Amino acid sequence: MFKKRIAVLVAFVVVLGSILAGCGNSKSSGNSTSTKKSAFKAGMVTDTGGVDDKSFNQSAWEGLTTYAKDNDLKKGTDVKYLQSTQPSDYSPNLNTMVHQNFNIVYGIGFLMQSDIQKVAEQNPKAQLGIIDAVAVDKSNKPLKNVASITFKEEQGSFLVGVVAGLTTKTNKVGFIGGINSALIKKFENGFKAGVKAVNPDAEVYAQYAGAFDAPDKGRAIAQTLYTKGADIIYASAGNTGNGVFTEAKNRAKNGKKVWVIGVDKDQHDQGMPENVTLTSMVKRVDKAIYDVTKQTKAGDFPGGQVLSFGLKENGVGIAPTTENVSKKALDEVNQYKSKIIDGSIKVPTTDKEFKEYAATLK
Amino acid sequence: MSNLLKKVNWMTLLIPVISVILGLLCGAVIMLVIGYNPVLAYQSIVESIFLQPYYGGETIRAMIPLVLAGLAVAFSFRTGLFNIGVEGQLMVGWLASVACAISLGHLPKILLLPLSIVAGGAAGALWGFIPGFLKARFKVHEVISTIMMNYIALYTTAYLIKNFLYTEGERTPTIPSAASLASPFLANLTQGSRLHWGIIVAIIAVFAMWFLLWKTTKGYELRSVGFSPDASNYAGMSVARNIMLSLTISGIFAGLAGAMEGLGTYQYMTISSAFTGIGFNGIAVALLGLNTPIGVLLAGALFSGLQNGGLTMQANAGVPVELVNIIIALIIFFVGSSYAIKWALSRFSRKGKK
Repeated sequence: MFKKRIAVLVAFVVVLGSILAGCGNSKSSGNSTSTKKSAFKAGMVTDTGGVDDKSFNQSAWEGLTTYAKDNDLKKGTDVKYLQSTQPSDYSPNLNTMVHQNFNIVYGIGFLMQSDIQKVAEQNPKAQLGIIDAVAVDKSNKPLKNVASITFKEEQGSFLVGVVAGLTTKTNKVGFIGGINSALIKKFENGFKAGVKAVNPDAEVYAQYAGAFDAPDKGRAIAQTLYTKGADIIYASAGNTGNGVFTEAKNRAKNGKKVWVIGVDKDQHDQGMPENVTLTSMVKRVDKAIYDVTKQTKAGDFPGGQVLSFGLKENGVGIAPTTENVSKKALDEVNQYKSKIIDGSIKVPTTDKEFKEYAATLK
Repeated sequence: MSNLLKKVNWMTLLIPVISVILGLLCGAVIMLVIGYNPVLAYQSIVESIFLQPYYGGETIRAMIPLVLAGLAVAFSFRTGLFNIGVEGQLMVGWLASVACAISLGHLPKILLLPLSIVAGGAAGALWGFIPGFLKARFKVHEVISTIMMNYIALYTTAYLIKNFLYTEGERTPTIPSAASLASPFLANLTQGSRLHWGIIVAIIAVFAMWFLLWKTTKGYELRSVGFSPDASNYAGMSVARNIMLSLTISGIFAGLAGAMEGLGTYQYMTISSAFTGIGFNGIAVALLGLNTPIGVLLAGALFSGLQNGGLTMQANAGVPVELVNIIIALIIFFVGSSYAIKWALSRFSRKGKK
């Protein structure tokens, strides 16, 4: 009986202790590590993909480390990442960095949108950034203390569309999207516009897999499109796109050369050894993070703005590996690139805009 | 007899405590070997949880689903059943509560909130009943069927969200505030943490399990089936019915855990391609808590403290957050190898007596 009482007592103390901790001193946080006030600190919170996901978390961290190297900041203290092992970690991780007086804290990926919004509203003095989403308050206005970083994927897609339009021999090219959403529509319409700009007779088949993580579906759709006669497919579908690579490699092995256009990063290596990657549309999350960090350091944090990284800002573009692209296509790409940058071409992002754009070509 | 009982109690109580200490010690050694400062690491865990209201609040918040998941595992274990399906029951409970809250959003809070919680529990109950029925009727081993039910839950919830409750950001819409467990009062108290009223549900559940198992006839039956199905059968109890009942009630606890996440922490449900991990951690919580309600509460507090403290440990001492998972695994390892500890303890105490 005595032991039982002790157990109950211990339980009581632990619970009470943690509840009291909740009620007690409310001003203790934030002072544990603020040693030097003048030092500039930039941090990021990864999503559950982790910092070595070979995708945008990694790219974002590369951006921060490059910035640290260029500015003599120490990795691990001045620039730092916090990893999230489960979605419920986003909020505490963001809060931790805010409490530790980081000058800017990035949330990587649209999955963190609602957490960033909440943290931003609770800490009006904090400076935050979010990738691929626009942080808004309850009345749908951009939050003043969040820099929303988005990309003009349609511009990069336009350029790979130009390459596809000039490279296709069958005059048929394909587009495979992940989930039919406003974001992926930007890829599709930019790509179609690029193809039509240099090759008005070419046909573009567009199809959506309905998932970003279904390589089998990607492969099945690729099979259909290649059989229909397309010889180039632009896969903008995350992991689903890997199925497109599988199908293209298979066909190449059987002596039927087809091409894939990669997305987000230079996917040249993924097309090896059959060498099926024509080019890739790269999205420079690292570059965006670098630029925003630099601006914040200089004292003009772009809070409340929706930053849109396009060709002009080097935020999107075609991959550095160009060995499979003809000289002629590259020249055209550069011409169109400058036309997009100077504004004489406005790349369509929605189906409606694409229709208007196509009408101007005729 | 009473002497023996006393000794057993004392030892069973000691084993988890020793396991925790050993786990933390081993974690410290690992930190030292890799080159981190274990004192600073543990200090930052303790300081953040007990001195900073935000982390204290977050710890209690994380404790809520963990305790409920632990109760689910512990309850079925008392009837001799190993419910690995807490994860799946949690997911269907989560979706059911969110779906109920969204589709009946016009109701007043006093109806909608309890209804949504009940919906979560009911969905979990259904998900627990199916393996229970299969076991009772067709002798399908519950470990196999509950694991499979996890996958069915994972993909079914994803499908349902995608086709019926989809909104931008790969998730369901946010639930109406009438169904929310979140409280500005608790948030203010803890510097804006996500602590919500689900803690009351969790505490009620702890009492409910204790009352049900130890204070009712049905509970006596459930436990006796756990001790010996054959003897219980001979005594006139229906083993099959008790198996179904046990897994169903276990499913209710798990479904409630999901409802707490849906109505409290997140206020929505995302389409997930992987399990939440809460259900599996619940197994560890139940194991460390010796399958007793109060033990589960304590073990849940310890684990959520380690997990949340792990985040500050990462931030303050630079120790990778993965190390916390290693420590948790070590603690479970030591609990699992309790035989060795028991043996060492009995040697020790015998010497002391003679």
